Amino acid sequence: MTNELPPGLALQKVDERIMTLNVGPQHPGSGHMRIIVQIDGDFIVACDPDPGYVHRGEEKMAEYRNYITNIPHLERPVIHDSCNILYPYVLGVEELLGIEVPERAKYIRVIASELNRCVYTMYWLAIYGIFLGHSTMFMWPAGDRELLIDLLEKMTGARVTHAHFVPGGVRNDLPPNFEDVCLRQVNYFEKRIKEYAAIFYDNPILIARTANTGILSREDAIRLGTTGSVLRASGVDYDLRKKEPYDVYEELDFQTNVLKEGDSYARSKIPWLDMMESCRIIRHALQKMPKSGSVRVKLKPNPKGKGLDSVYKRVESGRGSLGCYIVSDGKPEPYRVKLSVGSFRNLIALPYLLKGEKLGNMPAVYWSLNYWPVEADR
Amino acid sequence: MSSDSDNEPIETTSDVTPASTKSSPTPEKEIELPKFEKDLADKIVEKFNTRVKVAFVKPDRVRINVGRDDIKEVAEFLRDVLNFDHAESVSGVDYPQDKEIEVVYHLGSYTDSSLSRQILVLATRAQREENPIPGNDATKLPSLREVFYSVEFHEREIFEMFGVYFQGHPDNRRLLLPEDWADLPPLRKDFAIKGR
Repeated sequence: MTNELPPGLALQKVDERIMTLNVGPQHPGSGHMRIIVQIDGDFIVACDPDPGYVHRGEEKMAEYRNYITNIPHLERPVIHDSCNILYPYVLGVEELLGIEVPERAKYIRVIASELNRCVYTMYWLAIYGIFLGHSTMFMWPAGDRELLIDLLEKMTGARVTHAHFVPGGVRNDLPPNFEDVCLRQVNYFEKRIKEYAAIFYDNPILIARTANTGILSREDAIRLGTTGSVLRASGVDYDLRKKEPYDVYEELDFQTNVLKEGDSYARSKIPWLDMMESCRIIRHALQKMPKSGSVRVKLKPNPKGKGLDSVYKRVESGRGSLGCYIVSDGKPEPYRVKLSVGSFRNLIALPYLLKGEKLGNMPAVYWSLNYWPVEADR
Repeated sequence: MSSDSDNEPIETTSDVTPASTKSSPTPEKEIELPKFEKDLADKIVEKFNTRVKVAFVKPDRVRINVGRDDIKEVAEFLRDVLNFDHAESVSGVDYPQDKEIEVVYHLGSYTDSSLSRQILVLATRAQREENPIPGNDATKLPSLREVFYSVEFHEREIFEMFGVYFQGHPDNRRLLLPEDWADLPPLRKDFAIKGR
């Protein structure tokens, strides 16, 4: 017998006190991933996240399809936020091809991506609620989310997988009378999410479960390169919509939400506060949007970049900074597409947050990371 | 086969704005380089002279190509002197014709507000093997994990996807691929998708 094991498989010494527990990949509390935790009694002493159960090779597939046919499959990693995951790719292709987008299209994109951010956040909030044992918090966001899905369906023709952004603008113009319907739905939506404070965010049971669990200090948040709500809950004011405004965010009126605590409660509150800012952005964008005009520029069939070139674009998605690195070699297909997603970047914080926590706090900490396993695996 | 003729748009639009009439997002050659980014690149060149090569200076993006022996030193300079504090993304790019695999670090800064728009692109290349034995061949690079802690998972991903072993990385295990994956590293160009 040889001691050689295949790579990745390693024998572990057994400790009498420490028990190793696999949470997932089938366990619903972990999403499509496995978290290997070692527990001493009720306390977690070590945690090793093991993603990859929904790895679909999106980046490899992107090398075989041209710039336009990449659009429908690149949004698959996070269909609830499909506009935001396509956004950096589309911005990058536009820079490679040297396309200027019509003004009206920029506003439509901003509205679509803010609606999508809310749709994603509502879905996440529903899951966060149910895993903390708060069933009403599952039902309410899942129902209210439909308001915005209806809007996006009117706008793009699809409920979740919109494939609406294309290099050069958006696929379709807004349907007639969309502005009024949108304004009405968004106002009602805002009124609804404000009601969540009473049953969820001001709920003493929720606060008792999430406050002071999984604290990430400001220094660690920066050192670990976290992003989005995780970063902003730890007191770092960094939102790409403000810091590196793309399309028309510069002209819109909103603020970024920053909390100092860095615990699970702060991390779960930031996306909720962001949704109210999203409503503000949508209202302001509807007001400022040019009432008519082109929404898409003509492209040649099979557009290609100019020789060897590379571009890195990033946007603020529902889960933080979402970067897309595209290398072009002058062919109709990109040479390499890399998506650097917020979920993948925030995963590195999980072992730090869970160390020393009780096992029962694991869902509260894990879901507060705003982690989407499918996006992290790509 | 698709043609490249100009007279066939993919879809019709109501109103066409030609791209050339407005200011294009990528500046033309004759336009001077953005000052802040130019200064940033100059500082790095001043320190390392011929050991670094400035590949491009674009608005908000500076790209530096470094040899694999110097990358750690350059990264430490970027962190300590220029205040870049985390890696946004680490990508591998396979160049079989050059017999090299490129590893590209996109560095950003949260602490220095003057750098909040900037991404510094730090690229290096590793030797590429025709028949890779990941971890046990010449495809090796020094790990930047001690300099930028945030590259930990990114470098693990590149190890499994390209077979680039990062020396000094504490945890070179698989991350996304199955434990029993026994084929080529899948993002290399010679790993072909079936039916394509």
